[in-house]
Amino acid sequence: MTSIAMQRRRATASRVWAQFRGSRQGMIGLAVLLVFVAMALAAPLLADVRELNPVFARAQGNPQWAPPSVFPPLGTDYIRRSVWAQFVWGSRVSLFVGLAATVLTILIGSVVGIVSGFVGGKVDAIFMRVTEWFLVIPFLPLAIVLASVLGRNVWNIIFVIGITSWPSTARLVRAQVLTVKQRLFVDRARSLGAGGGHIVAHHILPNVSGLILANATLAVPISILTETTLSFLGLGDPSAASWGKTLEEAFVNGAMARNAWWYFLPAGLGILAVVLAFTLIGRTLEEIANPRLSRSR
Amino acid sequence: MSDALLSIRDLSITYHSQGRAVPAVRGVSLDIEKGGSLGLAGESGCGKSTLANSILRLLPAGTEVTGQITLDGKEVLGLSPGGLRAVRWTAGAIVFQGALHALNPVQTVGDQIAEPMSLHRTVANDDAAKDRVVELLRRVGLPAARAESYPHELSGGQRQRVLIAMALACDPHLLIADEPTTALDLMVQAQVLALLDDLKEERNLTLLFITHDLSVLTYACERLAVMYAGRIVEEGPAWEVFENGSHPYTRALAAAFPTIGDVGSRMAPSGLGGDPPTPGDLPGGCPFHPRCPLAHDACLPAEPELRISGEARSAACVLV
Amino acid sequence: MRAGVTPLVEVEDLHVHFGAARAVDGASVRVLPGEVLALVGESGSGKTTLIRAIQGLQKPTSGVIRVDGTGGSSPGHVQTIFNPTVQMVFQDPTGALNPRQTIYEIVAEGLRIKRHAGSETEQVAAALSRAGLRPPERFFPLYPHEVSGGQRQRVVIAGAMVMEPRLLLADEPVASLDASIRGEILALMRRLVDETGLAILVVTHDLGLAWNIADRVAVMYLGRIVETGPTEQILENPRHPYTRALLSVVPETREMEQQILTGEIPDPARIPAGCRFHPRCPLLQSGDLPEAISSRCPIDDPGPTPLEAVSAAACWAVTSGVDSTAIGLNPG
Repeated sequence: MTSIAMQRRRATASRVWAQFRGSRQGMIGLAVLLVFVAMALAAPLLADVRELNPVFARAQGNPQWAPPSVFPPLGTDYIRRSVWAQFVWGSRVSLFVGLAATVLTILIGSVVGIVSGFVGGKVDAIFMRVTEWFLVIPFLPLAIVLASVLGRNVWNIIFVIGITSWPSTARLVRAQVLTVKQRLFVDRARSLGAGGGHIVAHHILPNVSGLILANATLAVPISILTETTLSFLGLGDPSAASWGKTLEEAFVNGAMARNAWWYFLPAGLGILAVVLAFTLIGRTLEEIANPRLSRSR
Repeated sequence: MSDALLSIRDLSITYHSQGRAVPAVRGVSLDIEKGGSLGLAGESGCGKSTLANSILRLLPAGTEVTGQITLDGKEVLGLSPGGLRAVRWTAGAIVFQGALHALNPVQTVGDQIAEPMSLHRTVANDDAAKDRVVELLRRVGLPAARAESYPHELSGGQRQRVLIAMALACDPHLLIADEPTTALDLMVQAQVLALLDDLKEERNLTLLFITHDLSVLTYACERLAVMYAGRIVEEGPAWEVFENGSHPYTRALAAAFPTIGDVGSRMAPSGLGGDPPTPGDLPGGCPFHPRCPLAHDACLPAEPELRISGEARSAACVLV
Repeated sequence: MRAGVTPLVEVEDLHVHFGAARAVDGASVRVLPGEVLALVGESGSGKTTLIRAIQGLQKPTSGVIRVDGTGGSSPGHVQTIFNPTVQMVFQDPTGALNPRQTIYEIVAEGLRIKRHAGSETEQVAAALSRAGLRPPERFFPLYPHEVSGGQRQRVVIAGAMVMEPRLLLADEPVASLDASIRGEILALMRRLVDETGLAILVVTHDLGLAWNIADRVAVMYLGRIVETGPTEQILENPRHPYTRALLSVVPETREMEQQILTGEIPDPARIPAGCRFHPRCPLLQSGDLPEAISSRCPIDDPGPTPLEAVSAAACWAVTSGVDSTAIGLNPG
């Protein structure tokens, strides 16, 4: 019997995919994202990781501040490192931090939102006060304090982003759970003798998962931007060459004044493209999950 | 009929959705004389609401409408936008089902009743409009203070009264009531029906009443038309059609609401097998034949036309 | 009440309060095995809250609900333990079905929850065909939006029947369905009662439904049963003025003179003193009642109908032996 159910699930998935394929913005976003994912995965093939090391760069005899015309494809920075290598390997860090921080955000946000909305009462009140507390804390000071207390490495950055950006997800999920909880089929499950766990797994989750997915794709760009911000402020992992870190170093070492556009432009455009790609995909998924959005446009 | 207030001839309405043509109304003709009342019965998807909305041209853009609608001597389908505005509210007004979303949630009901009056300049100034609102509220049985209320503060019955007051604002000749009592309790339904009855008498209103409940129509209207799959399948004096339908569908609808005290229906609920057909996917021949208890070979070749089935009665069934 | 028959469910002096609002305010009702009891009332009468309390979806404030002879025994004790012998059918079948589950999963859900032994597929198929969805296999993979409204209600009924309940609670089971479908669903419910010995407590504002399938009728007004008795008696010869007024406005009953009550059911947070119906009572307003009774109505509460009563009306005029039928029909 479950095989029939699986078939129907697959049919649903292919219907969503067909709808997605029909959306130009979604397909553009997906294409751009695939390019960057491919670049991140193929980083070792595209650029030598040792190029990120200034000692190696000097030993290679790279020029300093060389424009792309002198040192193709993207020139060098103030300590002779290849900007292309930084761009390629930076995409790995940026995408990884963005995705991992999103997973953390969505996980905390969904659990808090579902428990809060479903259990209600005192639990809801406490969870929501905590959520509001996190929501009103000024983000940057907290991130700065946390980053300096915890130390500057990739995992701490992920933790800082996750811990500060879940509240909006939690509130969104909670609101959706509150509406689903009112639906008659939840009453029906209760009269069949279903407990809370069963209801959450079989009735609440399937009906909020679309929202969670759409929210996740929209949370990725925010996480990437946050990582960029933290790195730019010098709170990033010094050993991880993320795009944000490239921008920071370019800024600190006067790339703007030297008009060394090749140093900061690739990372900046990379961030822009990835953020835009995720936003387009997220918007499209949201419209599929909630057809009213696309109609009202 | 020369003194018909509303006259519809061969009306067909087709929706176009996702490249598919969906015929909702297929060749309907009907007349309501001045001061008369017609009940239009049918189930969801039979086209009765589409028909009602077409009379004031309230259908979505892109809907294909052919045929003739004459209201108050005016050809509704040929009207300019200006002429159409004049017809809406003043010649004919529609009372929707009194659900919460039929009213604007952020406007007081008084303002909403006054809106058509100021749009059509039927009142001299704001004070006159206020007086008129109070008068209308009183007439539909609501205290004047209700003008200051918001829709959510009213019960379903009170909202229905507000919608009736709104429709009356410009003294229309034709009142179209689309399922005005469906969501209401028995007692409140009786109150609203009695109110409509009084208004009809008092203002010589012509009434087009639409619902799936045949017994309500029989109670409220002089004549009855039964729609199935976009066509009228039976028409005639209300009580006769209800008591003694010529079309098997009419009889099934009438039997769905049993007469209390009738031994035949005691412990014997009566219904039809199958489901109402979806417009755009109608069975061939008589569209009712798959559900008809009396269907036979003669039903298959062609869709039966309306034919005389008695004095001032007609029905579309090969058995008539 | 038939002698020696243990009631399937007994609700005694049930109260469900929401803050100051007394939605159910001392209702007593019992359902015997193999019968259909129609609980009739307008919205705001508390009828839906009452059956939700029986199902355990709503916590009672006080009172006793005994299901199958078990449950709270002492008055004031509250029981809300889930009981698989009681299942529910809802007014809106579309809302009652999870749009993301197939019909098979929906019907099998109850079996999975109670970890039922035996072949799940067979039982789901049997429940679907008993509910009139044949061949059942055709419906297994469909989602609720792929079947008609009437079929959806049959799925809800199949999902309840798969639990082999002894009592079905039905909340306006045909109110949202098309007129021609209505009779089929009611016929199905009656057939289940006649064939399997199931009992049904059906909540409705539709007196025709009661006439169609109910053995007994209980009329609810402002949280209480105000009149109860065999269907024929209540619908053809009602005694309580509220029941009489309700019946007089059914469009199908032409013979009776209409008694349209003014206003709507009062706010359950402000239940009138004395007889809760007295401010709207046509009998009292007619002025034909003897002074001894009419002076009592606004002060003394006639109390709810007793649990054991086969036939009763909570009305001072009725209990005093006044022929309410003679007065009510000819006002003025």
